Amino acid sequence: MSAAVHPLLRARRRKAALRNLAFLSPWIIGFSVFFAYPLLSTVYFSFMHYNGVNPPTWTGTKNWSYVFKDYPLFWPALRNTLWLVVVMVTLRVVFGLGVGLLITKIKTGAGLFRTAFYLPYLAPPVAATMAFVFLLNPGTGPVNHVLGDIGIPTPGWFTDPHWSKPALTILAVWGIGDLMVIFMAALLDVPKEQYEAAELDGAGAWARFRYVTLPNISPIVMFAVVTGVIQTMQYYTQPLVAGKVASGIIGNSGQQFEPGYPDKSTLTLPQLVYERGFQRFDYGSACVIALVLFVLAMAFTALLMRRRNGFLSAED
Amino acid sequence: MTQATLTAPAAPAPGRPVDARARRTARRKARLHWIAVHSLGLAAAAFFVLPFVFVFLTAVMSDNQALTRDLWPHSWQWSNFRTVWDTPGFLTWWRNTLVYAVSGTVLTVVSSLPVAYALAKFRFRGRNLIMVLVISTMMLPPQVIIIPMYLFWTKQLGMDGTLWPLIIPMAFGDAFTIFLLRQFLLTIPKEYTEAARVDGCGELRTLVTVIIPMIRPAIAAVALFQFFYCWNDYFGPQIYASSNPAAWTLSYGLESFKGAHHTNWNLTMAATVLVMAPVIVVFFFAQRAFIEGVTLTGVKG
Repeated sequence: MSAAVHPLLRARRRKAALRNLAFLSPWIIGFSVFFAYPLLSTVYFSFMHYNGVNPPTWTGTKNWSYVFKDYPLFWPALRNTLWLVVVMVTLRVVFGLGVGLLITKIKTGAGLFRTAFYLPYLAPPVAATMAFVFLLNPGTGPVNHVLGDIGIPTPGWFTDPHWSKPALTILAVWGIGDLMVIFMAALLDVPKEQYEAAELDGAGAWARFRYVTLPNISPIVMFAVVTGVIQTMQYYTQPLVAGKVASGIIGNSGQQFEPGYPDKSTLTLPQLVYERGFQRFDYGSACVIALVLFVLAMAFTALLMRRRNGFLSAED
Repeated sequence: MTQATLTAPAAPAPGRPVDARARRTARRKARLHWIAVHSLGLAAAAFFVLPFVFVFLTAVMSDNQALTRDLWPHSWQWSNFRTVWDTPGFLTWWRNTLVYAVSGTVLTVVSSLPVAYALAKFRFRGRNLIMVLVISTMMLPPQVIIIPMYLFWTKQLGMDGTLWPLIIPMAFGDAFTIFLLRQFLLTIPKEYTEAARVDGCGELRTLVTVIIPMIRPAIAAVALFQFFYCWNDYFGPQIYASSNPAAWTLSYGLESFKGAHHTNWNLTMAATVLVMAPVIVVFFFAQRAFIEGVTLTGVKG
């Protein structure tokens, strides 16, 4: 084949290939050095005993069986993640859609409302988490003062293993601005004629939502759910900071701490990578957990890409 | 809109009492609808805004009052902000965060633009594969590769206790930025690049002189995202900078501030306000670009 190609054409093709390579070079280097190499390295270390001091030694599947069978924090972290996926992601999507709907109906002061709804999303996670640990402080926080005044039982929030995840969920629902904007844009894209047609057919508000709005925005709902699940896999800063601050651990003095306060209820997989790797210097087991995280995140990413072909299509 | 479509068909014969009554009911319904929507809006706004208000009010309370049930400050102790600002380290953390966020943003945008341009405008084999890989890395938790990366930066390059391990990789493209810029570039008609090509423009010149001025809003949006990402990053500084307080960032230092002042909720909240403030100020200046950017992630995807 290539022998039949005219030399001029071949030269031009080579030039194009070089040009492509030049434009893509930052990514090619970044991908190889900061992704492919460390990923392979993570697989390698997962079969090694390594503490950063002595040279790594081969241990076969010992790290793997330790993490799955003997590591007391692994299954609680996975269970917490499942809880957060079911409750937190669902509530975030439902509230995001609700607030998005609300903002499309607001006529007076829409810009002001939109800013108010959006702002919490921008609050730096550490700052927002500390603010919520203060607001939901069982003894001295304003929320429990108010709840107590109107005679509602006052939960222990971040200090009670049964209430720590609901407290994190409130924090996550507070920062819903991103979903609101995405849903708002999707809702405004729904063709008006469809609503008018539905109304002529005598459809009430719920029927219009169910048979016009939802089918039109279902790809966006799907997008919100899957990216929500992936974000939950990565959930790190908020549960870690909440656990540390609520338990009264003194800052970043470098001392070891048991993550997941109270009673492992705020543990997530990324925290385990930190606990194993950077507190116990058990790099092998840390890599096993990292790979579990990798497989879970990739599975949901594949789902996202399969459902949304738009991700890949280049319509030129 | 709903009300308009309801009343429109009933309009032709004005003056007839039936129609007048129908119109009045419709108007009353519209008013009730307005009241319902806006009270719901106010309730939601309270949920979103009150935490900021409580944090701010606590930040200007006295030490003793912060632990009581009085929500309104007895005396406005503005000096709390001064106290936080003068805390040893606070200014350093501030400067480190700014250096990290600004250099990270500039490097990311400059290195991601050509990649996004190639993925949007050039046809070549393996383009779709690269897109799949870009999206995969975008969705990857940073913890997945942290062990080898940490060993690489600290054991091989001796960069423990600095922010370099976080800044340098940003000179090699960021998956999320590449993805967003490419989505935006796809919406630019081919004619523009082709016209430039006919005029004898090289690809790099086309990108710089024709394309970049056209996609300024998108560049503003990705720059903001990256800036906020760096500003808010906790995990990165925790891994690489924790051993050296002189390299801490605000997000990381804030927590140690809480540790040192563990009973002083007023000072802790004042520090929280000082960390949140720049983000909010930037947002008010660039609200438009930001909201467009968020929309881009979900809708044009």
